Amino acid sequence: MKNITEKPNIKAVLTIAAATLLGTNSLAHAESNTFETEPDEWKFDTAILYYSEADRVSAGEAIFNAQKTFDTEEILNLKLTIDTLTGASANGAVAQPTVQTFTRPSGNGQYQIAPAETPLDDTFRDTRVQLNAQWTQPIAPDYTASGGLHLSKEYDYLSLGINGNIAVDFDRKNSTFSAGFSYFKDTFSPEGGLPQAFSSMLIGDSNADSWDDDFSATRIGSEDDKTTVDILLGFTQVINRRMLMQFNYSYSTVDGYLTDPFKVLSVVNNNGEAQDYIYESRPDSRVKQSVFAQSLYHFDTTVLDVSYRYMWDDWKIKSHTIDSRFRIPLGDSFGKESYLQPHFRFYQQSAADFYQPFLIDNESIPAFASADYRIGEMTAYTVGLKYGMLVNNGHELSFRIEYYSQRPTDAGFDEIGVLKSVDLYPSVDAVIAQVTYSF
Amino acid sequence: MMSTIKNIVLIASTLTVTSGCSSLGLGVEPWERDLLAKKEMLLNASPVDSALDDHIYFSKEASSGGKGFGGGGCGCN
Repeated sequence: MKNITEKPNIKAVLTIAAATLLGTNSLAHAESNTFETEPDEWKFDTAILYYSEADRVSAGEAIFNAQKTFDTEEILNLKLTIDTLTGASANGAVAQPTVQTFTRPSGNGQYQIAPAETPLDDTFRDTRVQLNAQWTQPIAPDYTASGGLHLSKEYDYLSLGINGNIAVDFDRKNSTFSAGFSYFKDTFSPEGGLPQAFSSMLIGDSNADSWDDDFSATRIGSEDDKTTVDILLGFTQVINRRMLMQFNYSYSTVDGYLTDPFKVLSVVNNNGEAQDYIYESRPDSRVKQSVFAQSLYHFDTTVLDVSYRYMWDDWKIKSHTIDSRFRIPLGDSFGKESYLQPHFRFYQQSAADFYQPFLIDNESIPAFASADYRIGEMTAYTVGLKYGMLVNNGHELSFRIEYYSQRPTDAGFDEIGVLKSVDLYPSVDAVIAQVTYSF
Repeated sequence: MMSTIKNIVLIASTLTVTSGCSSLGLGVEPWERDLLAKKEMLLNASPVDSALDDHIYFSKEASSGGKGFGGGGCGCN
């Protein structure tokens, strides 16, 4: 009994807090404790997620989402996201049969990589706070408009964004056409500054008097920015009583600093032995487009959700994504209105035209080059299972566990000399665990 | 540029075809929405899951967006 009386109080406190912050008039509802049945109420979704890669990055992420639907159908959504990341990330260099030494991105100190190991920089550590606010309201019969703000801040990164969307319903609300845009301005100020494209990583005695000057000579500045403009056109159609479909087209253009300042390429001799490590360089613009289709089908009791996305860009990356979920209700036998939801996702991408796993000494340096496996050829899949149920007062509790595996593949580069004996395309495996509570 | 124009024409024609959906007998009457009204029949039934997943895949793969905006937002990529 104790829990039943305490849980609504948490909601009441949060409702009062939100109402006070926003100056809205829902205070009476919160205090009356009758908000469970009120249409004019707040709904809260909270989740914590743990992400862990074998031997690489670990991340924790928490989301707190508050949504209020007003009597007059306006919807306010506020979301706070906090995440923290630690661990090791591939620096772009190839594995070698010998020990390798690299300088940390900050220029302060060095790290060594054992023979045959993929070079990972283990100094990644960041905390990010993100705030989103979205307002949605009817503006005329069958017309709905929405606008939102985005702010994300981490130690070395700031992202500010706005978005707008309009949706039109027709044919008894069986069809909906929507058009939206978003604009982001991101500022990146990495520790150690921005490296000069293709300059050699300075390696040596970081305590030497000349070190700071020599390191500075490889830098072009302390910060840079990029802007992203997205346009999204969507069409949703009710097919019949059991089936719904959505089709989207999106156009995204990114301009500015798109290079990863922490990534290098190995420059190897004709026997595949590293002679130098040079900082990568990417074009300063990218245009991405995608088409997306999703279908939901309600069988007698189960629901199938399948989507497909095809993306292509002017870096010559093409990708296919298939995502599917199947919701199986378990009735009340394993928790009230419980369900199981298996999840399967398949992803395949081709390499950017300037991706190469390494450069060869004495060959001319291309205009752009990156050895970042995330823009190389890759296949990935995710399998997961979600289990949810209703608890006190109709609150929803769910658990999700997923396994995510990335398999980088060879896009047809010759492996020379000693590189034949090392793994140039190591797999990355991760486990994702999540708990969600909605009230 | 030509491929972009071709794609826009393709999408516009798809939309024209689909907007003739009512004449194809697609759609339901308001009283037939019992199943469609369920939460699990929302196109984005679990926005929190989607937000968390989008962040993971945005930072680990070269693609983003499609279902919604793919924009910037973090220094993870």
